[in-house]
Amino acid sequence: MTHAQKQERNGWLFVSPWVVGFIGFLAYPVVASLYYSFCDYSVLKKPVFTGFDNFIQLAHDEVFWTSLKNTAYFSVFFLPLSLIVTLGLAMLLNAKVRGMAFYRTIFYLPSLVPMVATAVLFLWVFNAEHGLVNGLFASVGINGPGWLTDPAWTKFTIILLSLWGAGNTMIIYLAGLQEVPQSLYEAAEIDGARAWQKTKAVTLPMISPVILFNMVMGIIGAIQMFTAPFIMFPSGTPAHSTYFFAAYLYDSAFRFHNMGYACAMGWIMFVLILVLTLLSMRLSEKHVYYGGS
Amino acid sequence: MAARISSRRLVQSSLTHVVLILLSVVFLGPFFWLVSTSLKVLPETVSTHPIWIPKHLEWHNYKDAFMFDSDRLGYIPFLYYTRNTIILCWLTVVGTVFSNALAAYGFARLKWRGREIFFVITLATMMVPFPVVMVPLYTLFRSMGWIGTLRPLWVPAFFGSAFNIFLLRQFFRGIPFELSEAATIDGASEWLIFRTVVVPLAKPALAVVALFTFLGTWTDFFGPLIYLVQQKTFTLSLGLQFYQSQDAGTHWNLLMAATTIVILPLIVLFFFTQKLLIQGIALTGLKG
Repeated sequence: MTHAQKQERNGWLFVSPWVVGFIGFLAYPVVASLYYSFCDYSVLKKPVFTGFDNFIQLAHDEVFWTSLKNTAYFSVFFLPLSLIVTLGLAMLLNAKVRGMAFYRTIFYLPSLVPMVATAVLFLWVFNAEHGLVNGLFASVGINGPGWLTDPAWTKFTIILLSLWGAGNTMIIYLAGLQEVPQSLYEAAEIDGARAWQKTKAVTLPMISPVILFNMVMGIIGAIQMFTAPFIMFPSGTPAHSTYFFAAYLYDSAFRFHNMGYACAMGWIMFVLILVLTLLSMRLSEKHVYYGGS
Repeated sequence: MAARISSRRLVQSSLTHVVLILLSVVFLGPFFWLVSTSLKVLPETVSTHPIWIPKHLEWHNYKDAFMFDSDRLGYIPFLYYTRNTIILCWLTVVGTVFSNALAAYGFARLKWRGREIFFVITLATMMVPFPVVMVPLYTLFRSMGWIGTLRPLWVPAFFGSAFNIFLLRQFFRGIPFELSEAATIDGASEWLIFRTVVVPLAKPALAVVALFTFLGTWTDFFGPLIYLVQQKTFTLSLGLQFYQSQDAGTHWNLLMAATTIVILPLIVLFFFTQKLLIQGIALTGLKG
């Protein structure tokens, strides 16, 4: 066997576990899921092809639209807020003051906490009667809202929870900020730029690819938001105000055993993610600066 | 002039400190409330004014959390949860590191027909959200009789995943090819080169993959929720929710003790691997 032949054989040998995984746990499920989305299918019975029935039913399913609206509402408020807040925090953490390692650890710590634990903890912290937050409000004479029981506040509670645990986004920003060449700031200072001008003219353009990355990751995460509302608000209580897309998808599959319906929703989710990702890349094209390359 | 600048600097840095300290209080508040509640007696948890520090520290809450009797389910087998989580994390980390190191080596350091196109397809699969493949995977594991066991959660780890392959491939390509060539001339097999040349040099990248996998598995909720059926096979993050009670008042002190037990290993791990973890996250953001 020549060296090239050996490489040919070894190459496939080395990737062979992944070939099996790719076919078994990815390619096959993707194809099957596409087929099921056009079927009436519960796990116990064989799938029956029904054409576009699932999608037509979805279009008329009020719960589906509610879950979609809730998810959109959450995303529209959470994404810009988290992108700005985490960037602000990262800029603070990039300042040159003593004890920075300590602060960085503190700000990052919440994102280590498993989502389930965060959800349980926030149930307690935001408990209307005995929770920490309303207790603090009460001590200054304010009657705190029903964070977990008032439909007008529940989504906001989830937004706060998500902000608390957004440390990964912050770290990615921080890494981006540290890559900005110091010489650019020095040049701006010589030109007499003030802090805000330096941020606008140097920092933001230089980290624009990182902003885009965080935005795309944020979109993907927000659309799939599941664990926190699932734990904190069983079945989207109160008044379906926290019933998210992923929760309805899960319920369709594993509570109502409507597997075909769930697959159809899965594909809608996929298409949504694809469209929004491509859209944000396209729209940001002119504003993102990729350096020399 | 110089005095003015330095005094301005001083004001600026003290302002920064003030903001940072205030924010730290906000970020640490929930943690403080968590630990404080976990050491209270039950009546203290429902007092009308927040009690910051319990009168008497009830350390036995931690012991009680392990033996908790739920009104819905009876005894909560917290020790089983812990054991299952540790077993699952161990298997998943071993499988992930091993299978992805192999695949990444194949993509990064060997030439074979179809390599480029297969790699592009591999990258593209990262876009597929889990809910798309969820139902067929469930059906597949069900036909194998794996529902209710930990197998659906760790067996796939032994067959690679796109993101880890990508991460490791980048690193493997940075290792000088001369090293492999020299070893080949000495008659070393590809497997020997992989094991004795590339893997030892790629330890930092492999450690990042192992760490991410461990954190991901320990905190995973969705997977266990779908595949596990019996209390005794549950993991910690799945079992935690059963401390809540629908009807009777929740034992918040015990729930918080259990939550602390779930979080603590992650925080300890973080302090030992801080630098690696932060570098890993930054790497995925900047190069990915």
